[in-house]
Amino acid sequence: MNDIDDSNSEQDKIILPDDASVDLKAEFEASNVKEVLDKLDRELIGLKPVKTRIREIAALLLVDRLRKQFALSSVTPTLHMNFTGNPGTGKTTVALRMAEILHRLGYVREGHLVSVTRDDLVGQYIGHTAPKTKEVIKKAMGGVLFIDEAYYLYKPENERDYGAESIEILLQVMENNRDDLVVILAGYKDRMDKFFHSNPGMRSRVAHHLDFPDYSADELLAIGKLMLADQNYRLSPDAEKAFLEYLTLRMNLEHFANARSVRNALDRARLRQANRLFNSNRKTLNKTDLITIEAEDILASRVFTNGTLDVTD
Amino acid sequence: MMTNQGNRVTQGQFSFLPDLTDEQITLQIKYALDKGWALSVEYTDDPHPRNTYWEMFGNPMFDLKDPAGIMMEVNACRKTFPNYYIRVGAFSAVQGVESVTMSYIVNRPKNEPGFGLIRQETEGRTMRYTIKPYVTDKPEAERY
Repeated sequence: MNDIDDSNSEQDKIILPDDASVDLKAEFEASNVKEVLDKLDRELIGLKPVKTRIREIAALLLVDRLRKQFALSSVTPTLHMNFTGNPGTGKTTVALRMAEILHRLGYVREGHLVSVTRDDLVGQYIGHTAPKTKEVIKKAMGGVLFIDEAYYLYKPENERDYGAESIEILLQVMENNRDDLVVILAGYKDRMDKFFHSNPGMRSRVAHHLDFPDYSADELLAIGKLMLADQNYRLSPDAEKAFLEYLTLRMNLEHFANARSVRNALDRARLRQANRLFNSNRKTLNKTDLITIEAEDILASRVFTNGTLDVTD
Repeated sequence: MMTNQGNRVTQGQFSFLPDLTDEQITLQIKYALDKGWALSVEYTDDPHPRNTYWEMFGNPMFDLKDPAGIMMEVNACRKTFPNYYIRVGAFSAVQGVESVTMSYIVNRPKNEPGFGLIRQETEGRTMRYTIKPYVTDKPEAERY
């Protein structure tokens, strides 16, 4: 429609002759995508299939850009996505990165992420839903619209539910404003499957279905260490062993939420560490004391003693 | 109106220029968004220059990042009121300003009949002058 893409407009105008050649590598460097992909590799542990797909999408968009220089037309790829996976597998984090990657490739203009749930889209009474949904869509224009727990939008058991209206508007926008925004749906796998089953139009409009696998204990440990490093903490070697053991036990308990459980467990370990330092009655503490989480901080968890869940989890 | 060729109503920015294209409107919106102003779409069928309070089409749009969302609203308004005056306003919330900082017409009726001059004789030989848009002879919503 009214595309004013500054980053691409110049190269769009120059059409190269047929025998010219373009430098894929130079284009790759120029787009700064490498930086984002490397960051993705570095900061997100595991998630192999997800990373592969993101690389593929980045490659496609890059090649598309080069093709444009030869005036080879191609339809704008559909980039609406569906992220499925258990809680705490990093769906929101990846969506954030996705917005950045798409922005750097010049696919979305602004590269911001608008994260919404059913509450932001569906109204309480007749005639309330459409303006609400449109408001959200307007905000997301030029960026990524992230709909968390998307299956809540559709409630087949309640026929007076206005979710269907919201889905209708979304479908229309997903089809007509493909250049303007990318929609990412997220939720648990089985429920999302059911959601797509009852909204066939939605499934075909979403090109990328990414399944986020659960993490292994080792990956969770690596995630935990990254989280601690962000907060300037570290695990002592003993604590690391204890934490791995903790994770193996915790993974078998109910309500295990992958990285989120790791975060909660570490928060509690920090509380215990603070308490331990406080009760030790030492007058002086050095930097190492303040940043190190010891094995006892982790072993104090109830998961070890009676195999039940810890305070809040 | 001798100085106003084509009897066009000139209110707001750019009104002495040829009508803005959609692309130009988008660029103007982008400029306002980059300044952090909130945009709004307004319409009216009363072309009198003193008619400054136009009807709002939807709510003012805060927190938008991209002009596409506002263009969507502009187009929706054009669809609803194809033959009305429609303008886009940009509101700056900066303390001390707190008012509309940009305003330009993005849609106008196909035929603008213009204004008639009305003379009124008052005390002595005094004459009072006022203008009256020809279209306001007709009731609201039936003018264009």
